[in-house]
Amino acid sequence: MKARVIITLKSGVLDPQGKAIEGALSSLGFDGVHSARQGKVIDLELTATEPDAAREEVERMCEALLANTVVERYHIDLNP
Amino acid sequence: MRSAVVVFPGSNRERDAARAITLAGGPPPTLVWHTETELPKVDFVMIPGGFAHGDYLRAGAIAARSPVMRAVADHAGRGGLVLGVCNGFQVLTEARLLPGALMRNAGLKFICKPLPLAVERPNRFTDRYGRRAKVVFPAAHHDGNYRADADTLRRLEGDGRIAFRYRANPNGSANDIAGITNGKGNVLGLMPHPENAVEDIHGSTDGLPLFQSIFG
Repeated sequence: MKARVIITLKSGVLDPQGKAIEGALSSLGFDGVHSARQGKVIDLELTATEPDAAREEVERMCEALLANTVVERYHIDLNP
Repeated sequence: MRSAVVVFPGSNRERDAARAITLAGGPPPTLVWHTETELPKVDFVMIPGGFAHGDYLRAGAIAARSPVMRAVADHAGRGGLVLGVCNGFQVLTEARLLPGALMRNAGLKFICKPLPLAVERPNRFTDRYGRRAKVVFPAAHHDGNYRADADTLRRLEGDGRIAFRYRANPNGSANDIAGITNGKGNVLGLMPHPENAVEDIHGSTDGLPLFQSIFG
């Protein structure tokens, strides 16, 4: 089982890197960008084969280490 | 008053910390490697600056889950003193020994210069300073932008837990916060480096009273 964890900043948390991306896109002439937010992707290969157990385990990983839930939220995609 | 300085792979201010401790009159601290599960019998633990584990994932994230940090949490739980400076502050927030998080500087630049600060109110770490004392400590950080939710900020303000504030906000920190304590006041996290302002050659000795407050 593979899992993709997508970690993004909570809305309302200032993202200076996203702001820099916005500025760079604008300077390249891409005028259609309201905002850019940067996050990270972590791909995991799991030994678990059962989706519910896998999701539960990855959630615990997110809470314990992968995301800082003070400022970040996470989303888990499973790919059996 | 015995002390320990925790060392992670990538810490780089541990010797500066040890020197500041001895200059303030403390006995030479024990350096404790991150894999240790117990601390020696000490009254004070310092988590120094640097780039523990290369700041991978998030600054301080991997270090905060080190075996030694359980021992540091137990020490803090017993009322023992803990000071985390710069990366040490990031480690303490990641370990949830202090609230909030330290994010990328709002201007995106690494800040490496002396910064003027105000000592907010005397506490266990700062009683050698006068109320609202003005000090200058050098800073060297990329992720010093303190963030916490509105309730946490209100609690920090209301309980007098903001120990140091920037006099000119360099990094976007909420409420100009440079340093905070935990609820019991025995854990302090601070972004600028008092241990690098303890000798004339540093250009400022404003950091020495902090260590003298601890060892006084």
